[in-house]
Amino acid sequence: MTILFYLASAIAIISTLCVILQTNIVHALIYLILSLLAVAVIFYVLGAPFAAVLEAIVYAGAIMVLFLFVIMMLNMGQHTRDQEKSWLSARGWIAPGVMAGLLLVQLLSVFAQIDQDLSGQRIDVMAVSGLLFGPYVLAVELASILLLAGLVSAYHLAKK
Amino acid sequence: MTLEIGSALTIGLILGTVIGVAAMLIWVERRLLGFWQDRLGPNRVGPFGLFQVVADMIKIFTKEDWTPPFADKFSFVLAPAIIMTVILLSFAVVPFAPNLGIVDSNIGVLFVLAMASLGAYSVMLGGLSSDNKYALLGSLRAAAQMVSYEVFMGISLLGVVALSGSFNLREIVLAQEDMWYVLPQFVGFVIFLIAGVAESHRLPFDIPEAEQEICAGYHTEYSGMKFGMFFVGEYLGLVLISSLITVLFFGGWYGPAFLPPVFWFAIKAFAFIAFFILLRAAIPRPRYDQLMSYGWLFLLPLSLINLLVTGAIILNSQ
Repeated sequence: MTILFYLASAIAIISTLCVILQTNIVHALIYLILSLLAVAVIFYVLGAPFAAVLEAIVYAGAIMVLFLFVIMMLNMGQHTRDQEKSWLSARGWIAPGVMAGLLLVQLLSVFAQIDQDLSGQRIDVMAVSGLLFGPYVLAVELASILLLAGLVSAYHLAKK
Repeated sequence: MTLEIGSALTIGLILGTVIGVAAMLIWVERRLLGFWQDRLGPNRVGPFGLFQVVADMIKIFTKEDWTPPFADKFSFVLAPAIIMTVILLSFAVVPFAPNLGIVDSNIGVLFVLAMASLGAYSVMLGGLSSDNKYALLGSLRAAAQMVSYEVFMGISLLGVVALSGSFNLREIVLAQEDMWYVLPQFVGFVIFLIAGVAESHRLPFDIPEAEQEICAGYHTEYSGMKFGMFFVGEYLGLVLISSLITVLFFGGWYGPAFLPPVFWFAIKAFAFIAFFILLRAAIPRPRYDQLMSYGWLFLLPLSLINLLVTGAIILNSQ
């Protein structure tokens, strides 16, 4: 399981890097899907099969399909690829690089204090739904209202 | 010889059987269509034309495998591989008999739904990378159709999940020992059946590849074995949907004891495969907007009401 964890993490990191470095937008999207699937595997290894499969269904399966749908309709050609290339200059890397480095240092210092190995217990679907409809029911309802509002406004904008 | 769940032998056997059945369906479908349309179908090669499959295989393997120069090569090659991979992976959680299956997963139903939603990329990337207007139109249709019908497919299953109290396909079958779920969940069964046809984009819902309107849709530019993978992928999808209906609604391997369980599974699954082929022979293709409004305005409310009523009955009987 530990090997699987590190393998999935490596795939997630490398494919996310590829998303940033890719100039072809469709290829970048495929790498993003790969990265999300790798994160799903990480969830599974950490003992959260429900979160893992939801990651695959919702993020990799539904949201990314909509991204691809929009890309299809926009018909990106060679000129977007050239534009991407011009944006990926060496100077553009400095500020994000510094900020990402700071974040990494922070993360590592937090992880150093946590002393837990991979063999956590498995949390099955029942336990997750018990929490969602128990103590967190208010948050779930608020999220659904937010989604409904988004839906209604999207409908309104599309009608115009 | 014992077949244990998850052993290499079982995996090989199931994989071989599933792909073999999918390949044989090319012949079965054409013969059955011929029978229903009062003609013969392929009957020249071998007894009853059985070796037609071999002839088709030789043809498809030796055909020129041409990648158009204007296509995006990476996604063009990736697309047919995706459909084969996700459908074969879905078979991993299907329980074929009491001790026959690959994985005994607690998230089996969700895993199948996840694989079905990943399958949409195959048709979308195939059409997009071809750089061809018919292919693009086909994959636009496919994207909207598959994303929409996934929703009803998922909701129609929830009734079964609520009744059996498990996402594990094996436990769902075990819970049907006394009564098949097709009786209490008849509405869910019908919705799942329709959504299943739409998900595997078979006739009458083959709108993404409607050859009378948009050439061959998303696989217009494909040839040789890459086309073959889309083709066999469609039959694999047919086998998968039939197996899932058997497992979820028709008691999986249960049946009178004079036949071993795996035979009952095969008989039920084949009955649905034959039904899907008959559907193709009997019903014309709807228009694209008809398909979408039928889904969102009729199937979605129906599946929600079905879930609501099922939940109320379960709560009442507790």
